[in-house]
Amino acid sequence: MNTNGMSFYKNLVKFFVALFVLTAALNTFAVDLEVNTPGVNAIKQSMQTRHAQLAAYYASGAVGLTADGMIALRDAGTVPLAQRQAVNALVSAENNDRNTLYAEIANANGHPEWQAEIRSTFAQRWVQHAQPGWWVQGNGGWKQK
Amino acid sequence: MNKVWIPVTFVAFTLSACVTINIYFPAAAAEKAADKIIDEVWQTQKADKPVEPAAKEQK
Repeated sequence: MNTNGMSFYKNLVKFFVALFVLTAALNTFAVDLEVNTPGVNAIKQSMQTRHAQLAAYYASGAVGLTADGMIALRDAGTVPLAQRQAVNALVSAENNDRNTLYAEIANANGHPEWQAEIRSTFAQRWVQHAQPGWWVQGNGGWKQK
Repeated sequence: MNKVWIPVTFVAFTLSACVTINIYFPAAAAEKAADKIIDEVWQTQKADKPVEPAAKEQK
């Protein structure tokens, strides 16, 4: 009975080693998020086109990056009255795209429940990539980068 | 024979940990993916990316 016990433990050690290797391998290969889907690419394209129009408003401080991965009209006063409606439309179209983008990435990876985490990851990265002078929302409100 | 329960517990624990790993949100991968998308949308890294205006390649 004692020898049986010993070989049981030896097998157990082998099992753990195999499990460890398997887990390590899985983590290595399954670590990328799928973002190259037709849906994601279409949204990317649409956002890229819109950015040409939005860039000036980021720079003027009229529009800023929010803490939840969206954008917002921060200072309407800097936008001439005639353009205000256009800016509002740009902001809301951009936010629609961003919402869709986060959902699309979560769905493309088979984890719709990841959407909130994807959004908060993006929120941080947008801010990180923002150009100096752009306004970003932090814990204490708006601040200029 | 009481000892048998120790390894059984370990195995159960390890297996549950494996399952947990697979449903964990891959934060590092998400950051990488976000950086890539942001670079393309904002055109912040023009060097390695020849701007694909109509490129809707699949997969």
